[in-house]
Amino acid sequence: MSTTETSASGVGPVEGASLYSVDNPAPVIEPPRKRTKKTPKSTRGNFELAAWLFMRLSGVVLVVLVIGHLLIQLVLDGGVSKIGFAFVAGRWASPFWQVWDLAMLWLAMLHGANGLRTVINDYAERPNTRLWLKGLLYTATVFTILLGTLVIFTFDPNIR
Amino acid sequence: MPAGTLYRGREGMWSWVAHRVTGVLIFFFLFVHVLDTALVRVSPQAYDDVVATYKTPIVALLEYGLVAAILFHALNGLRVIAVDFWIKGARYQKQMLWTVVAVWIVLMLGAIYPVLGHAARELFGS
Repeated sequence: MSTTETSASGVGPVEGASLYSVDNPAPVIEPPRKRTKKTPKSTRGNFELAAWLFMRLSGVVLVVLVIGHLLIQLVLDGGVSKIGFAFVAGRWASPFWQVWDLAMLWLAMLHGANGLRTVINDYAERPNTRLWLKGLLYTATVFTILLGTLVIFTFDPNIR
Repeated sequence: MPAGTLYRGREGMWSWVAHRVTGVLIFFFLFVHVLDTALVRVSPQAYDDVVATYKTPIVALLEYGLVAAILFHALNGLRVIAVDFWIKGARYQKQMLWTVVAVWIVLMLGAIYPVLGHAARELFGS
């Protein structure tokens, strides 16, 4: 007899004949933690899933934005030595580069903030330490995003 | 060491460690970089003064390190996405890491002249 042979009931020959049949069905086992009408509504959303997905989506976009940024600032046209107020003014005269830099600022800050949130979650064990580190992280993140956005939108090439 | 953390070593763990370390470094640079760029709202002089420090040989070397961190994080990030979304991703994660390292070395060699060239000219004359 082949060892891979199985009977119609799904029970292998080693175990012998099936205990259950159409007339004598196996008992139905309730899945554990099944939601019923009586279970309270979940208090958790899908934040961690959204954050995980955001890291991957923003990551792909950032590869393009940041490597383009590095090419322009550090490689092309004399590298870092050409950068100065006049160079910034020239680039931000174009809405294309304003949108590029704005997208890079927001995506990179949120991507980095979520990364650091994960690091804090991993290594800071005391609840108070976690609270303070995350408070500091979120404050610094909001401040930097707002400051950068304000600078891009209110840039004045004729400032004295 | 946090309880219950399992370190398995080899390519999987070390690429994860490198991804984490480079990510934190890039994030801290980003804060500084937004602040220095914000000086364009103060005065052209203030901005140009700070950017002048970016052109010194020592900071050029730091820039090369920043490029190294960003390129590794970008390439390995694409590998992480492949591991998560490509059906064979987990099976080929080691091969993909060595591909990442190879591409990274090529790009870092290519970045030597553009990023460090002006510093070398300043140090040794042109």
